[in-house]
Amino acid sequence: MSSISPEFKLISDWIKPNSRVLDLGCGDAKLLKHLIDTHKITGYGMELDSNKNIEAMEAGINVIQSNLNNHDICHYFDEDSFDYVIMTQALQVVTRPDELLDDMLTVGKQSIITFPNFGHWRMRAQLIFKGRMPETDTLPYHWYDTPNIHMCTFNDFEDLCEEKGIEVVERAVVNSEHRSTLGMKIAPNWLGEVALYKVQKKTS
Amino acid sequence: MSENSTVTTPQFLKVDSPLNMVSGAVLPEYELIYETYGELNADASNAILICHALSGDHHVAGVDKDGKPGWWSGYIGPGKPVDTDEFFVVCSNNLGGCRGSTGPTSINPDTGKVYGPDFPMVTCRDWVNSQNELRKHLGIDQWAALIGGSMGGMQVLQWAIDYPDKLRHALVIAAAPKLSAQNIAFNEVARQAIMSDPDFHDGRYIENNTTPKQGLGLARMLGHLTYLSDDMMGTKFGRELREDKLQYNYGAEFQVESYLRYQGEKFATKQNFDANTYLLMTKALDYFDPAADFDHDLTKTLANATAKFLVVSFTTDWRFSPERSHEIVKALLDNDANVSYAEIESKHGHDAFLLPNEHYEGVFRAYMQRVKSEIHTSENGDQS
Repeated sequence: MSSISPEFKLISDWIKPNSRVLDLGCGDAKLLKHLIDTHKITGYGMELDSNKNIEAMEAGINVIQSNLNNHDICHYFDEDSFDYVIMTQALQVVTRPDELLDDMLTVGKQSIITFPNFGHWRMRAQLIFKGRMPETDTLPYHWYDTPNIHMCTFNDFEDLCEEKGIEVVERAVVNSEHRSTLGMKIAPNWLGEVALYKVQKKTS
Repeated sequence: MSENSTVTTPQFLKVDSPLNMVSGAVLPEYELIYETYGELNADASNAILICHALSGDHHVAGVDKDGKPGWWSGYIGPGKPVDTDEFFVVCSNNLGGCRGSTGPTSINPDTGKVYGPDFPMVTCRDWVNSQNELRKHLGIDQWAALIGGSMGGMQVLQWAIDYPDKLRHALVIAAAPKLSAQNIAFNEVARQAIMSDPDFHDGRYIENNTTPKQGLGLARMLGHLTYLSDDMMGTKFGRELREDKLQYNYGAEFQVESYLRYQGEKFATKQNFDANTYLLMTKALDYFDPAADFDHDLTKTLANATAKFLVVSFTTDWRFSPERSHEIVKALLDNDANVSYAEIESKHGHDAFLLPNEHYEGVFRAYMQRVKSEIHTSENGDQS
């Protein structure tokens, strides 16, 4: 079994064995492969990038080439088709993260989402002291060529969830080495670089 | 063995048992011409059947005695995505064809004359049933994979529906679950072009020692148009003229006209394609609609298909567009089937499935690796 990042390890811990999983923006499908090997899950990956698609196929994963901006997942899947819809580090690159979140919680019972935290102290510091858009290890792009068009902070994301009637079931934060420290637990929006959320629709 | 150096010799299978065709007609006996490449392994688990497109034939790989490479030799051969060092590849000419399998140019045993227009209407299902005889003849219990593009892709789909336990993988490339009204309309114009040629003689042109070249050429010109993308034609020909300036007559003034006329003429004369076969193949395409037997519900139609699927489409294909492949993918996903889907960026329209393309080749190769790995698993399983 190949070694996986602490981010993927945390996600794995949130997944029940034998469940059905959809991974949006699955890349080379390393996470899905890991979940199949360790959790006996079934499911699909979706990925737009051609080369990553090939890598996913090489790993023997069922992968659908698809653009997450086209509401494809609602076209392809019925309501509650999956136990989990996962999307790692892709929320910030889609055209309408809010709409995609709705779609994810339509086809999946729960969603697991990870994204870089724009509220991290380093981001804030660059904006305050340099007066420039932040560039960090987690977000190594210039403002003009970044694919990350919808950056948000933990607080922003949780506000959106609240507004949409989405319940946060689990939350974790890690740094760019994908490790978790005590400080992050105390002040996640300042010290956490990557956020992991498990969410579901509120049962009213 | 150097690439493509092997000259392939076609073989024949004579089937003496009658074929009950979908139309109700019965073909008392028939022959299928086919070629094979590579070696069948001990437990016959590495066999792959390739299904050809409208004007295709059994010569899919290697070179024939005249040195002509197979129509898909870019993707099938030693070291190619469909690696003939690993797989035993089979390709037959469809029934009703004109390249050696029983068809309109064959002798009707009842009359002693060529079938011509009396050859019964064939359907995709008839092709699959006849190919199933070839499978039995070759001693293959289950194909490792079936692969087809365009009409061939539809045939693969039909196999997966009709004989679910006879294949492990289905590669459906640049296909559709059924033809649209526009697809049928194009086919109808092509047929009318053939049938209105004075040399057609109600399909009995062979007895009249002639061929409806003009009509067949026109049909091919029209068909060819639907294989190309607007962009590609723009890039390739634009409004380029053959002479320096406009001639103001009906000769082939623009390069694109000249190109199309050449394609039509080549098909009707040099390639000697049979007009009745063209009519039959286009009708078989029009009739293809496997969901018609399942309340027009494609999900229900594919419910019993157990094969793993790779569906491939090409961005500029407007004959069988990516949306048509999405329909197939959706129906497979509804059934929780094993399916992967690739939408290949290409400017070549429908023709792209035959042409070199890095992404297409990568996908094809990656998927065939998966097919191959399962063969090796089963071989190991047998040994232990």
